[in-house]
Amino acid sequence: MIDKRVYDFDTALDGMVDGASIMSAGFGAAGAPQELLEAVLDQGYRDLVIISNNAGEGERGLIKLLKERRIAKVICSFPTSSNSEITKELYSAGLLELEVVPQGTLSERMRSGGAGIGGFYTRTSVDTPLDEGKELREFNGEKFVLESPLTADFALIKAREADRWGNLTYNLSARGFGPTMAMAAKTTVVQVDRFVDLGDIEPEHVITPGIYVNRVMEVKSR
Amino acid sequence: MTKLNRKQIAWRVAQDIPEGAYVNLGIGAPEMVANYLPEDREVIIHSENGLLGMGPTPPIGEENPDLINAGKKPVTLVDGASIFHHTDSFAMIRGGHLDICVLGAFQVSESGDLANWATLDNARPPGVGGAMDLAVGAKEIFIITDHCTRDGQPKLLAQCTYPLTGNGVVTRVYTDYALIEIKDNSFLVREIIDGTSLDELQKITGAKLVVENDCSILNTPDL
Repeated sequence: MIDKRVYDFDTALDGMVDGASIMSAGFGAAGAPQELLEAVLDQGYRDLVIISNNAGEGERGLIKLLKERRIAKVICSFPTSSNSEITKELYSAGLLELEVVPQGTLSERMRSGGAGIGGFYTRTSVDTPLDEGKELREFNGEKFVLESPLTADFALIKAREADRWGNLTYNLSARGFGPTMAMAAKTTVVQVDRFVDLGDIEPEHVITPGIYVNRVMEVKSR
Repeated sequence: MTKLNRKQIAWRVAQDIPEGAYVNLGIGAPEMVANYLPEDREVIIHSENGLLGMGPTPPIGEENPDLINAGKKPVTLVDGASIFHHTDSFAMIRGGHLDICVLGAFQVSESGDLANWATLDNARPPGVGGAMDLAVGAKEIFIITDHCTRDGQPKLLAQCTYPLTGNGVVTRVYTDYALIEIKDNSFLVREIIDGTSLDELQKITGAKLVVENDCSILNTPDL
């Protein structure tokens, strides 16, 4: 019987190592897997490479990992948030490596990673500082820049419901990067508000099919 | 007449959003455009984090932390709204499906170059968000900006000095003094506020202004 449900953080994060690359879902705090990230913190992992739209928001999750200096590098579109100074402090002190990627390019790089695409050309960032060092090519008279796929050791995601096959639904704009990150990581771990029985999610309503998901854990978000 | 405030600039932009348009509103002043759309017009608002049919701010106490806009502020959904993930949202953006995107700017050049994500100050970590995707993706880019910086330097220039967000993407600029169209690599003045002459506007602009026929008065209500 396939059963991807797990019941404790040790099992959820099995295989995590120092230096791991982690895709962390969420746009700001919406959809951020705060409890899973805090379990990464509690278990002591360090030198992490985080791939996320923002380098944390507020007081929780990524912000805690940054404050404890567990993160070596962040790949993101927008590192700062209005309610935290820690990213700015670490960056200006030279203690945090940042790779800034346009939001759509970040998302498409992960989709490519998960979809077996070797790279793609986009008009986004052409003639800006973010096209430096990248191949430029013209299609139909317009300039495009070559972008590479992104994959990671882990994706940590927050969703609403999961069944034992790992089929997922999300909640409103907390969907965000979840479905894309689930495809792009070697191990995808999802914290959900609740487990449901197999068959309870209408096939038409499954947002992330369980094939992309390795473990699901019911977590009461604080 | 004194120069326009942000609400009045947003009001003026809103009058130019046509019935049936799919529109993305950038963070900050562009968000205010939604407040001034004429009531008889059906306009569908896109938010980069995966919403079409974004509605107004919810009443206090009815906010849902899982329902936010690109500026991470609580919003609502209108009837007919849809939700999709980020990769689809940016496919929508890059694929040319949005009619108009309204953004802020540090600088705009006469050829329509936009600089709105980074200055030359390296102490702050740069953040680009979705601006570069929106700049190249939407069919039209409208800019809301003050005509000059706080210390009086022009923001409309022959060439941007800050790092670019997009090359040749801006179609119109709405400032506290004027409505300016980018046409044939020039700033074409369409409307100026009452009491300001073209010469006065030229003095606070860093590139040559062009007028076709005559420009009209930029009128807005008191807001």
